[in-house]
Amino acid sequence: MTALASSAAELIAGFPFPFPEDRYRYSTNVEPAGRSVSTPAGQWGAAVVDIDGEYAAELAERADILRRDPTRAEVLPHMQPAAWDAAMTLMRELATAYPSTMTLERLGDARWRWTNGLLGLTQEFVYGDGGTLPEEPLRWIAGQVQEDVVLLDQRDQLYGDAGVVTFAADWSFGFDVGMSFLEIHGPVPRVREEGVITRAHEFLKRLQPHQPYRRTNWTLTIGRRLDVSTELYPEWGPDREMIQRVDDATFGRLVHLRVEVQHLVRLPDSGAIMFLIRTYMLPLELLATVESWRRRAAEVLAELPADMADYKGIIKYRDRAASWLRAAGGEAP
Amino acid sequence: MTTLELLVTAAVHPVPGIRSLTLAAPDGRDLPGFVPGSHLVIECGGRSNAYSLTSDGTAPTSYTVSVLEVPDGSGGSRWVHRELRVGEVVTARLPRSLFPPVARAAKHLLVAGGIGVTPIVSHLRAARTWRRETEVHYVFREGRGAHVDDVLALTDGAAELHTDRAEFCARLEKALADQPLGTHLYVCGPAAMIDHVLDTARGLGWPESRLHCERFGLDALDPGDPFDVTLTATGTTVRVPSGTSLLEALETSGVDVPNLCRQGVCGECRIPVAAGTPLHRDLFLTEEEKAAGDALMACVSRSAGPSLEVPL
Ligand SMILES: Cc1cc2nc3c(=O)[nH]c(=O)nc-3n(C[C@H](O)[C@H](O)[C@H](O)COP(=O)(O)OP(=O)(O)OC[C@H]3O[C@@H](n4cnc5c(N)ncnc54)[C@H](O)[C@@H]3O)c2cc1C
Ligand code: HEM
Ligand code: FES
Repeated sequence: MTALASSAAELIAGFPFPFPEDRYRYSTNVEPAGRSVSTPAGQWGAAVVDIDGEYAAELAERADILRRDPTRAEVLPHMQPAAWDAAMTLMRELATAYPSTMTLERLGDARWRWTNGLLGLTQEFVYGDGGTLPEEPLRWIAGQVQEDVVLLDQRDQLYGDAGVVTFAADWSFGFDVGMSFLEIHGPVPRVREEGVITRAHEFLKRLQPHQPYRRTNWTLTIGRRLDVSTELYPEWGPDREMIQRVDDATFGRLVHLRVEVQHLVRLPDSGAIMFLIRTYMLPLELLATVESWRRRAAEVLAELPADMADYKGIIKYRDRAASWLRAAGGEAP
Repeated sequence: MTTLELLVTAAVHPVPGIRSLTLAAPDGRDLPGFVPGSHLVIECGGRSNAYSLTSDGTAPTSYTVSVLEVPDGSGGSRWVHRELRVGEVVTARLPRSLFPPVARAAKHLLVAGGIGVTPIVSHLRAARTWRRETEVHYVFREGRGAHVDDVLALTDGAAELHTDRAEFCARLEKALADQPLGTHLYVCGPAAMIDHVLDTARGLGWPESRLHCERFGLDALDPGDPFDVTLTATGTTVRVPSGTSLLEALETSGVDVPNLCRQGVCGECRIPVAAGTPLHRDLFLTEEEKAAGDALMACVSRSAGPSLEVPL
């Protein structure tokens, strides 16, 4: 589990609270990226890549996970150009969002110099020439952003043919790699009948470069655990039983609202789709300090249909989470 | 930012009837990159025309396009040839990609006819960077071949040039019959030539998934016909001009419609229809909902007739 580097105030200020209404259903909830969203506690969403106080800690955790389990990263051979394109696009996004610490300079035709001041890193490279980077380009850039990255190749459908995913919420990148977008979403309830995923697929197939989109997704996670991948189920699965027996104070400290801000980017050179997943976690005890969040999260959790709660793996404790939040505001549970 | 202001920094006539433009940002900044096979939609004296980018799409500092003059057309290409001058600024939309190379192709068989060579040139530039295997057939009228030097340079002289149609057709049939497994075919040129190449390939058993074409004659962007929309709540009527969406027209007249994607996907901008027949162009409504005709997605859909009524 990650040790926290940020203060509670910082975590709350940057938290992308995901519920626009008291009721949550799946939808093709995409909107143009890059617009800052004000919340009662601060703001989020100004940039496609987001660096916060957890940067160093999360990058260290990612490196550690990749060392232990190399299947969290994969670039199928035909995705090499897309991997370079992703690296370049992420460097540009970083340099645009954080100009005082990140710079990308053109030295000559395909020669570039990248400086990441936060990591004390300077790297010259030739675009497309693997020998000029210390690592495969996608892994290399994934070591400099807090986002998980999946690259999708567009053939008749979109296929998840490359990625570095260390913070998966109850899925396995190693299992999904090479699968189509529709296959990947096979386990999600409701979405087939409601056309959510087919619509998303049509949208992504038409997405053009330089017009990134974003959406949010959410679940609950016990403990500040970024890596709740299927691979580690034996480690975190039992927490779903444990959490039912803890006292209220422990419950509010351990149960986190986990929000993913996902960006959808058509890469401008290779034409692949880049899917970025940035994970934020806030324990209920902090969530409850923002009154409108406390009230709304309680409503959403209480109302969420059982099949969705079951799929999200929260069916056994979401009622308690709702009551906990209501009690925290002095409401009847 | 969805439009670009581009300065014409050079213009040449490489062959009769074709004018090639070099475009750059007025302040010299980098331009948005583009996927091989992409085109720019440029405002050409009142028309919006698509022109394929022939330059390198990786971190570009300039764009190049080549325009064939179509003398009896509606005037866009004539404007590029006769009116536009070096030093002037044109407005263009961001590059759009509809004819990309396939990453998994074992080999890329590129067939170009006439001005249809333009997107093939950018394919060849990327193929060189990524060491993709290519085979090129380029047919053009003697003395009228644009980008012949580029095509030869980018293929180390291996591109096959044809100026005789019968000879081209015979050679093409052989080439299509003799490709390694996993080859993808890309064809761009006059409609009749595209049809001939695709039919020949199909006849030889090529699967649809390996066939890719770009048609210049098709209207890629459809601005739609103008229509009137009556807001029954206030009794006012708003004109929706061609090229303006219903959503934009409503916003301009002070009617707020919730929206997110503005691309017909998210379902946010659905509005009810009280009278008139919607022309549905979205991906959100089901076929049944579209047939019912009592709602439409304002960001992309329009009216099939001269007017619509909405209870707003
Ligand atoms: C995706 C796309 C990429 C394109 N790329 C190029 C390019 O790189 N270079 C280029 O010169 N044009 C290109 N075109 C065609 C271009 O957009 C215009 O259609 C053309 O310049 C004629 O425009 P106009 O306004 O003069 O006349 P229009 O009224 O638009 O055209 C008159 C008629 O000529 C047809 N036509 C279009 N192109 C040709 C042609 N090459 N030969 C014969 N008839 C034609 C049109 O379908 C129309 O019926 C492209 C079109 C598309 C959709
Ligand atoms: C507009 C685009 C998208 C939409 C609307 C969408 C929607 C969804 C929804 C509703 C879920 C269920 C989440 C939950 O209840 O917790 C889900 C899960 C998931 N999505 Fe997406 N998604 C999109 C894009 C993508 C992309 C591009 C990928 C890339 C691979 C992806 C990978 C996944 C994965 C791996 C899961 C978990 C599936 C499992 O249980 O194994 N999604 N998605
Ligand atoms: S705004 Fe998304 S469908 Fe119109």
